[in-house]
Amino acid sequence: MELSNVYDTLLADLGSGFSLVILAVMGLVLVVWDAFRNDAPVLPWVAGLSLAACIGWEATQLGVGRTAFYDMVRVGGFASFINIIILGSALATIVLAVPYLKKIEHAYGEVYALILFATLGMIVLATANNLVTIFVGLETMSVALYIMTGLVREDEGAIESALKYFLLGAFSTGFFLYGIALLYGATGTMYLPEMAAGFAAREGVLMFWAGVALLFIGFMFKVSATPFHMWTPDVYQGAPTPLTGYMSTASKASAFASLILVLYYALEPVLDERWTLVLALIALVTMVLGNFLALVQNNVKRMLAYSSIAHAGYVLVGLAAGTADGYSGALYYLLIYTLMNVGAFGVMAMLEWDGKEGRVQDIDSLAGVGLRKPVLGVTMGIFMFSLTGFPPMGGFFGKFAVFAPAVDAGLTWLVIIGVLSSVLSAYYYLRVLFVLFMRSADESPDAVREAAFPVTPASAAVVIVCAGLLLVIGFVPGVREMAATFFDAAVATTQVLP
Amino acid sequence: MIPNITSIIIFLPLIGALLTMAARGKDAVRWAALVTTLITFGLSLVLWFGFDPAVATNLAPQLADISGPILADSLDIKYYVGIDGLNLLLVLLTTLLGPLVVLASWTYIKKHEKAYYTLLLILQTGVTGVFASYDIILFYIFFELTLIPMYFIIGIWGGENKVYAAVKFVIYTLVGSLLMLVAILYFCYVAGDAVNNGVFTADYYKLLAYNTPLSMQTWLFFLFALAFAIKVPLFPLHTWLPDAHVQAPTGGSVILAGVLLKMGTFGLVKFCLPFFPNAAQEYAMLFAVLAVIGIIYGALVARVQPDAKKLVAYSSVSHLGFVVLGIFAFNLEALQGAMIQMVNHGLSTGALFLIVGMLYERRHTRLMEDYGGIAKSVPVLTFFMVLSVLASAGLPGLNGFVGEFMILLGSFKSTVIGNPLLIALATTGVILAAVYLLWMLYKTFFGPLTSDANREMSDLNARELGLLVPLAAFMIILGLAPNPFLQRSEPATEHLLQVIQEKQAVVLEEARAAQFAQDVPLSLDLPPVTQEIEAPLRETTHTP
Repeated sequence: MELSNVYDTLLADLGSGFSLVILAVMGLVLVVWDAFRNDAPVLPWVAGLSLAACIGWEATQLGVGRTAFYDMVRVGGFASFINIIILGSALATIVLAVPYLKKIEHAYGEVYALILFATLGMIVLATANNLVTIFVGLETMSVALYIMTGLVREDEGAIESALKYFLLGAFSTGFFLYGIALLYGATGTMYLPEMAAGFAAREGVLMFWAGVALLFIGFMFKVSATPFHMWTPDVYQGAPTPLTGYMSTASKASAFASLILVLYYALEPVLDERWTLVLALIALVTMVLGNFLALVQNNVKRMLAYSSIAHAGYVLVGLAAGTADGYSGALYYLLIYTLMNVGAFGVMAMLEWDGKEGRVQDIDSLAGVGLRKPVLGVTMGIFMFSLTGFPPMGGFFGKFAVFAPAVDAGLTWLVIIGVLSSVLSAYYYLRVLFVLFMRSADESPDAVREAAFPVTPASAAVVIVCAGLLLVIGFVPGVREMAATFFDAAVATTQVLP
Repeated sequence: MIPNITSIIIFLPLIGALLTMAARGKDAVRWAALVTTLITFGLSLVLWFGFDPAVATNLAPQLADISGPILADSLDIKYYVGIDGLNLLLVLLTTLLGPLVVLASWTYIKKHEKAYYTLLLILQTGVTGVFASYDIILFYIFFELTLIPMYFIIGIWGGENKVYAAVKFVIYTLVGSLLMLVAILYFCYVAGDAVNNGVFTADYYKLLAYNTPLSMQTWLFFLFALAFAIKVPLFPLHTWLPDAHVQAPTGGSVILAGVLLKMGTFGLVKFCLPFFPNAAQEYAMLFAVLAVIGIIYGALVARVQPDAKKLVAYSSVSHLGFVVLGIFAFNLEALQGAMIQMVNHGLSTGALFLIVGMLYERRHTRLMEDYGGIAKSVPVLTFFMVLSVLASAGLPGLNGFVGEFMILLGSFKSTVIGNPLLIALATTGVILAAVYLLWMLYKTFFGPLTSDANREMSDLNARELGLLVPLAAFMIILGLAPNPFLQRSEPATEHLLQVIQEKQAVVLEEARAAQFAQDVPLSLDLPPVTQEIEAPLRETTHTP
């Protein structure tokens, strides 16, 4: 590396890092703006437009994959695909958060700055090509999320969940960092594409695998895979609902994307069947446990939290397959999962209401809403059926995309358990629909009152767009293909360092 | 000939569903649904005349529509629909029942009409799609799509215990169909390796060309058969059926009995038998015994029901047992009998559910003891009831006789399940059917007219007459002149049995060759053996 032209190179790469730059700068602008003009109504607009600009830019970069900033991050191709998921989730969250935060009287401008910072962290995490960059992204994301979780300071539940998230998150970060240190020791490099070669050139088998194991614990924590899922239900329940949707989708998508990069670029040459078995077992336990625990939940947000654990399990099935098809299937699943969960939490954000003892999110409170508020009812129906995996909703095609490669890779037993656990999930998803459509509000004392949920046109538009995309996405083969092209063997080799 | 006629018939109800969603007011919704289904039925007659049974459908269906791929370019999954001898009558039955179900719900459904008719139309699209699909993933998509509207139809407009019934229905079906999905994925990959240059394929004819090795057939067959057996439903997987039927509104029951159950038997004929012919034949006796148990058990349980609707529901278990028996007999008479019996059951059981529904609308009870002697007050209704009961019980001259006779005759001659005792037991099912059906007829329609409410019951109005006349007409036509209908499906069933036989022989030959290759050292280098050895090798890489 020539030190004399470092700045020239970095400046030249600024264009490639469009989203990173915009998010960082606009985040800082919002912090300052908010300090002078608290509660300015334009803040969410500025944040939303920045995100929209980033989405537009990433959409133009889908075809070309490359690296930037001295190979620290990937840009375009895979990176753009996952960035669009993350940015889209953030944008939807801002739209949903505006009326929600106003309703709970916590319309702080900082929220939007925090969303931009968290999104920045997620993008860095999802596209990093280097273990240190991964860590920087992970921490940027996590710190912003810790604060957002505890947004409602008067609510003991929110404080509890923020503290729990922070403590356990810090703990897992320790694992993660230690794993990075060991991996560096074992391979002599931080760059993902060089890792396998570095491992082959040195001795240090134990250190290497210990490093991989610790790194994975960190990842499993972030994607809330069993047995590192304990924080998920509490945090998802305590956080403001639109932000829960954001956390459950964008942060999971970015952590999974990073995991896929690590698996595909760094560890692919050294992974063998034993490793597949480990991933398969984690996937199995995650699916089964997530679905079983979701069965008995009465709080819809908590139920969705457990269901999101189960969905992490489905994605892991694709990773356990360990083939290009499996990775791209997982990527495709993340896109569909994001649409479903942003939508489901979005509908919940419009349906929960302030009771005497905090916000009411019990399933009983939804009694009869489906027929009284058909837009919310029908979209929630689509999300629930999609989460269960019913065709023609996107959820089916997502499951198809992760299960089919697993069957192809000889993991039929895992897929059988996967589909049986989704039968379990049908029970609790259908229960939501049953309450929404088949029970009348008179039977339930907690039922949402007519005036309790102002449905703004913008937030209704978000859930309608999510539901509409879910209905058609399976029949647009281009999307699945797009996810697949990033894992061609040719792409992998051309992207290795000079 | 109208272009894309098959697709139009599948998706016209879906467009109608958009219309009902947009329509304002109860009447507009009902009329939109009625007109849509009537047009669909009218168009489907084009299929009847446009379909030429003489043209071989070995490699492609007639009136086919292909486009795609869907989901991914790299997988051979496409939109592929068409008509052949196996599905023609079932598609027509679906389109015929469409307007009848709308009419049956005309006054029965008193709340949320818009949602009801929308779901009904979506359901029709799903069912027609199931029958018309020639891509197994597309088939699966339609197969599952039918669950969603049915869940709501039972769950929102059903009886007292509707939610239990709706959830049971969905969960039961889902267990079977998701396990089948795993089998489909596995099968499509393995078959794609062999017959489609290593590319995953869901094309029916490509899959049909693949000779599934013996070692795979058994478990794949059972995963497929489980899904279909739950749908049929085959004893002992039938327990969802009485709940679903009794709780569902009349329209839902008619669709459920009329066409949804046929998706199971149709799947057995179309996929299980030809894809896994050796396993199907090996376990045919098991299915035949379960079918006969279902025939007798269903009949006996039906006999003791106090609830008329439950009685008809259990009679379905019994009647569908005949169909399964015919399918696993592996000869032409029985299979043809099964095909025609599917249609017959849709007509006569549909009519019985409609009549029970009409009684319920008048008296708000389904218990037979609350009726009695109403033949005097509702003579026209009684006429149709007698006709439907006799058709259902298999009286010669009416439709039920044709199917049951052919099935029993074929099974008796069958080399696979032709155990005289078994068939004799199955035959008692016909007698038992007469017992419980005539008993119901006697209890409800004849005997002394005791209560005033029954005395004042009104007879059929024009709408109800319009409902029952077409069904009655088809019952008589099918009974007196079944040949035009049988001729439509005969070349297809004949071809199917021939394919099954050929595939069985090839698979056995391959298995023998593989066995031989294992016994003989490879150094001998026998030319045919080295070619055959690929099959077991491929298996080992795929076996979990």
